[in-house]
Amino acid sequence: MTNKLLKGALGIAAVSAVALAGGIAHAKDTITIAVPSFLTGGAAGPFGIPAMNGAKMVTDAINKGTLPAPYNTKGFGGASASLIELDEGGGATKQVAEYRNLVEKRNVDAIVGYISSGNCQALAPIAEELKQFTIFATCGTPRIFEEAERKYVFRTMGHATSDNVAAAMYVKENFPNMKSYTGINQNYAWGQDSWRDFDLTLKQIMPNTKASEKTQFPKIFAGQYGSEISAMSLDKADLVHSSFWGGDLEAFIFQGAARGLFKKKISVVTVGGTAAYRLGKKLPDGLVLGARGPYGILVRDRDTALNNWFVNTYKNIYGIYPSGPAYQYGQAILAAKIAYDKAGSDASNEQLADALRGVTFESFSTTIEMKLGGGHQAATENGYGITKYDADEGENVVTGVKFYPASCVLPPDGVKSVDWINGGMKGAKC
Amino acid sequence: METFLTILLDGLQFSSYLFIVSAGLTIIFGVMKILNVAHGSFYAWGAYTSAFFIGKFSDMGLPDALGFLIIVAAAIVVGVILGFIIEQGILKHMYERDEVLIVLATFGLFLILEDIILIAFGTDPYFAYQPMALLESVELGGITRDVYGITLIGVAAVVAVGCWWLLNKTKWGTLLKAVIFDREMGISMGINVPLVYTLTFIGGAILGGLGGAYIAPTISVAPGLGAEVIVLSFAVVVVGGMGSIAGAAIGSLIIGLLRAIAVHEVPQVELFVVFAVMAVVLVFRPEGLFAPAKPRKI
Amino acid sequence: MFNDRTAKFLLLAALVICVGGAFAPNWIVNQFMFGFSRALAILGLMVLWRTGLVSFGHAFYFGLGAYAVAILDSKLGVSDVFLRLIAGVVVAGVAGFLIGFIMRNYRDIFFAMLNTAISMVLFGIVVKTESLGSTDGFAISASTIFGASPETKYPLFVIITLVSLTAALAVNFYLKTTFGKLTTAIRDNEIRVEYLGFSVAHAIHLKYSMSAILAGGAGALMAMSLGQVDPESMINWTVSGELVFITIMAGPGSVIAPFIGSLVFEVLRTYAFELAPQAWQLIMGAAFLTIIFFLPGGIWSLIEKLGGKKNEK
Repeated sequence: MTNKLLKGALGIAAVSAVALAGGIAHAKDTITIAVPSFLTGGAAGPFGIPAMNGAKMVTDAINKGTLPAPYNTKGFGGASASLIELDEGGGATKQVAEYRNLVEKRNVDAIVGYISSGNCQALAPIAEELKQFTIFATCGTPRIFEEAERKYVFRTMGHATSDNVAAAMYVKENFPNMKSYTGINQNYAWGQDSWRDFDLTLKQIMPNTKASEKTQFPKIFAGQYGSEISAMSLDKADLVHSSFWGGDLEAFIFQGAARGLFKKKISVVTVGGTAAYRLGKKLPDGLVLGARGPYGILVRDRDTALNNWFVNTYKNIYGIYPSGPAYQYGQAILAAKIAYDKAGSDASNEQLADALRGVTFESFSTTIEMKLGGGHQAATENGYGITKYDADEGENVVTGVKFYPASCVLPPDGVKSVDWINGGMKGAKC
Repeated sequence: METFLTILLDGLQFSSYLFIVSAGLTIIFGVMKILNVAHGSFYAWGAYTSAFFIGKFSDMGLPDALGFLIIVAAAIVVGVILGFIIEQGILKHMYERDEVLIVLATFGLFLILEDIILIAFGTDPYFAYQPMALLESVELGGITRDVYGITLIGVAAVVAVGCWWLLNKTKWGTLLKAVIFDREMGISMGINVPLVYTLTFIGGAILGGLGGAYIAPTISVAPGLGAEVIVLSFAVVVVGGMGSIAGAAIGSLIIGLLRAIAVHEVPQVELFVVFAVMAVVLVFRPEGLFAPAKPRKI
Repeated sequence: MFNDRTAKFLLLAALVICVGGAFAPNWIVNQFMFGFSRALAILGLMVLWRTGLVSFGHAFYFGLGAYAVAILDSKLGVSDVFLRLIAGVVVAGVAGFLIGFIMRNYRDIFFAMLNTAISMVLFGIVVKTESLGSTDGFAISASTIFGASPETKYPLFVIITLVSLTAALAVNFYLKTTFGKLTTAIRDNEIRVEYLGFSVAHAIHLKYSMSAILAGGAGALMAMSLGQVDPESMINWTVSGELVFITIMAGPGSVIAPFIGSLVFEVLRTYAFELAPQAWQLIMGAAFLTIIFFLPGGIWSLIEKLGGKKNEK
């Protein structure tokens, strides 16, 4: 009697084991990707919405298999992805709670996005704790991979150090007679770090120039820069550096242009790319404009199948050319596809991380090498150009575009950005 | 000398900006004892409405000078519609309640109106630079200044004088002052206090909308606009004293001039100026610079 | 003290929640940790509100508590839960006591605004200071308990629950003492309170200091739950506004109210976010207005009404 029971139990156990194993090995048909971006507040217009649009467009194309080669296979490891759109606003505390909800309550497969450095900073340790495959798309702070080793967090975009190192190099090549410089940056981590990197780099490569004593750091979203523009007009500095973005940048441009500021001083706007298309003919000529890398107006004319597809499809759907954030989110989704294609649609977080670590791939506008931060941080080129309004075409263009390779503007693996700049940027290969 | 003139003009310009933005709040605060958080919404709606129409009219090829008319019209329309809806719909039912509860109710309204702006106007910015471009620029104190910014000073002066005249030289002003001093007495003297309240609120809303509408040509009208001015206008109103237009004017002048000096001489402290002034003034004058006399009820 | 119905409920709740937390999914445990940390601050604000005072700047003490923990961690390497909590409480408490000398003379909207001014000055200082991480803030290492590093968040959860509910018990007891009853008395008529022989200034000073201590403790606990501090989430006027929002929503009726209010707020915000990623502010604003309009005593008055009906039967 006991024998029969035993056999029966073993039989059931065997059948269950096979069923379970079969269940585990069965590939998934759909995966969910959460895409956090700024849907409300001042960052929505210039960053959040274009970013989300880029993500949606690329996901859609992947699901249908309409991307150009070599990405013309359908799906993410064959699975179709559904996106969960989230607002990145509300502060880091809120975002931490939301991130935990995404992972523990809503069981998403991957999380791709984030624009704010504050959010990325707060979430990187949480992602590691929860062992969740996460790709940061846009946030700029170098601290993510400098402060700790990460296993599950990736960033498919070069970090903010390259913005200002490249700016300084461009200034040195194009304005070698520049003697003194000042800056107007928003008074928070982004603005402070941008100025610091620009200032430190110039001290290294143009040691005979002088930084102004009275650099301006107005409150973010202040909107009124009359006094600051007056102060800079009075200042003898030849060059103005600004990492302003969004409404602040546009207000500064309107108010400054009305007062001839940009005719009197060389003006470097490191995130000008997001305003280039929105301002149209109101964008003053002669600005040294950056797009935080090979994105937006700086690469509009790059003639590759991938870029042409990206630019034309975006313009057709949204009526405007894609700016930086659209590219950045688009390429992050592309990276997710690459990971899933390699590891399979049912892959675990560890397998996905292994699949993406250290790869090199063609994104829409450039080559991305995941070789910094232990294979988790992308190295890409960064560059600048000078704005000009082309009256014949009726649109803005950039002239004199110059890109610097990643090895020239990003610190090597294991070296902190500030140390690297202060140490004379050892190992830079330009 | 050039620097001095520049700092003075910068200070006056920023002070005018502060005053225009906070005049409406101070009136509502003075008469109705309500610190209206939704004031930021009046500003935002004024800005969006005027920017929207200036853009549209410009596309239609109409002369840029019409922009000024649009600004005034936008302020009036926004003030009347929003002011009326909010006062009659919500606030009227709350006058008996705790002051702080009313403030919080206006906070709830602010949140709602912010999202309605997103729904109505979207997340893209609106540009209405035409009036500013029209007035061009002028050389003063060794640098170039935009004339539009200088007209801000004029507008602030007009608003200040207009309010003063209304309060002190008209019968309506006397009624208003009576209600400010003692509402119950006002009722027993036969003043139609509910009407006074409604008209005052609408007036304050129009001024708030005017602030936004007039500033719109100098900025990019984008979401989040309203939140920034709330803190600033609160600071001015608190420094000036409840309901005192003179107080708001002096408060604006102090904050504006100090800030201009900071930006030119010590930019590092610019961030603190507004709140430091507020804290210092409150320590020495706990009810603001021009606090009204209050009867003591035993 | 233990005959009191509220006290009994709190003790029971502590037990149930601690046990339940062992089985609940992680995300619920996290919601409770955040909710209860915040509830501690709201407890203090509730006491002030009963006294007729509303502060729109208590993020000052909340932030001090949080940053005290963060600085202790990064500069001195202190990771013990209790040391951190004490640090937060002491720093905020001392600050509150000192500032209370000035604050106790202010009322109404000026009390509210002076607190805002102070909190925004602190905000400005932290934002300007790169070594404090500016707006990005910095991370806090995991908390240890008497040297042991727990694997999960459960021990921290238990500690937060016990600390906050104990504080609630303490406040409940306080409110029944003479000084505690002065709260509503001062709100009703200060002059009469003076005639009765009590110093209103002293009473307010005491309550203000208490609220600072509670807010500081709340900040410390929140920092430890989150593992991160940044000025935007902890010192900005929007944080103060949020605290006041929940205080009013919860109602002043009982020390249990802040906990319920805080949890309801978390739930509300999470679902507003999920349902309407672009319009969640609208939902929050509407909810707020509705509560102010129809439930002036907050959510607690609703619970009381329901409880009252049960008793009648």
